Amino acid sequence: MIRVRLPAHLRTLAHLEGEVQLHVAGQATQRAVLDALESRYPMLRGTIRDHVTHQRRAFVRFFACEQDLSHELPDAPLPEAVGTGTEPFLVVGAMAGG
Amino acid sequence: MSGVRVLVGTRKGAFVLTSDAKRQRWDVSGPHFAGWEIYHVTGSSADSDRLYASQSSGWFGQVIQRSDDGGTTWQPAGNQFSYDGVPGTHQWYDGTPHPWEFARVWHLEPSLTDPDTVYAGVEDAALFRSIDGGQTWQELSGLRDHDSGSSWQPGAGGMCLHTIIQHPTDPGRIFVAISSAGVFRTDDAGKTWRPTNRGLHSEQIPDPVAEVGHCVHRLAMHPSRPDVLFMQKHWDVMRSDDAGESWQEVSGDLPTDFGFPIAVHAHEPDTVYVVPIKSDSEHYPPEGKLRVYRSRIGGHEWEPLTKGLPQNDCYVNVLRDAMAVDSLDSCGIYFGTTGGQVYASADAGDSWTPIVRDLPSVLSVEVQTLP
Repeated sequence: MIRVRLPAHLRTLAHLEGEVQLHVAGQATQRAVLDALESRYPMLRGTIRDHVTHQRRAFVRFFACEQDLSHELPDAPLPEAVGTGTEPFLVVGAMAGG
Repeated sequence: MSGVRVLVGTRKGAFVLTSDAKRQRWDVSGPHFAGWEIYHVTGSSADSDRLYASQSSGWFGQVIQRSDDGGTTWQPAGNQFSYDGVPGTHQWYDGTPHPWEFARVWHLEPSLTDPDTVYAGVEDAALFRSIDGGQTWQELSGLRDHDSGSSWQPGAGGMCLHTIIQHPTDPGRIFVAISSAGVFRTDDAGKTWRPTNRGLHSEQIPDPVAEVGHCVHRLAMHPSRPDVLFMQKHWDVMRSDDAGESWQEVSGDLPTDFGFPIAVHAHEPDTVYVVPIKSDSEHYPPEGKLRVYRSRIGGHEWEPLTKGLPQNDCYVNVLRDAMAVDSLDSCGIYFGTTGGQVYASADAGDSWTPIVRDLPSVLSVEVQTLP
């Protein structure tokens, strides 16, 4: 079970509260987690990464285990603690004012 | 009993204001989509319960929202706006080529006859259409593929397609306006387009009378007279009597002819409203007095409308999509300001009242006249 924590605006958009828990088959990677997330919540497509290229939006960051994973390759394995559900995968809006 | 629904888009959410036909007491609902920029909220003239909203954010991009119950509940619709083919480049501010990049939807324009068909004007300038209630969007790429496309350049607010006007009886004819490219018209429902800017004069471009490159801020048309168009340009208020084939300046005795919105009275096609703004860098009313100007003869001669509007120390702006009219017997006029006020007049502009005064900065105002 992968735990995903979304920023408030995306939780509101997806009509959910708290963390999302996802089953991801195989290796837990950014791509696998986001594919599963968008599959369950289609309204999130395009808000975290581009529809077509799947490139992360410029003002979105990915954190886990007190590390910034934003610039990791999409198919790189996530930390083991994320894969086991011990730690959440955080989707964060960049600190950019507003 | 008939009533009015005012749809307000702001920098931090959408608001829906409703009143009966007296337009004296207003209920305010919102913020909807709190914290997001709402460039535009509008309703279908074919089904007043069908609303569309453009919701965007620098962090999370574009979302389109749809309501089927007049704004009580909303559902996210499709948000994939992909340019046709290889998008190529347009001009950047400094004249260098710049890749076409989707930024946001500025304006949504539902079909006059089908609530599931809606057009979207976007930045970087292009026109999209959905025929399934906003679930999927296809670009009408004949516009951007016009020979002049690579020479279009952004205005200060970005290169936006902000105005979409459908001919009331000829479904093939649509006008759009782009900052800073100008007006384009199609007569074949969007397959091909041609610029219709003859008569415009803009000193901010190398050839002031160029076919393309003018910073048109807004167009307005009365449906009973679809060949007559009014325009608020970067500078100059203009009028066309031949469906955009030629334009004449009608700024007349306005205190300044810079501004953003322009609107036409619902029952008097020669009664036109503008909000003069001091200059292109001083985006506030001259002398700190918020005045709507009305012409009863289609331009040239304008009267200031001030009753109920602040006449001291007022330095707000009124953006291009932030003025609208209702169609009750005594035509109502509405506009929103960057200071968060929405003013309404139930007597065609003779007097004004702020129906709400402390919203976030207002980006757009639309009005539905309800049966």
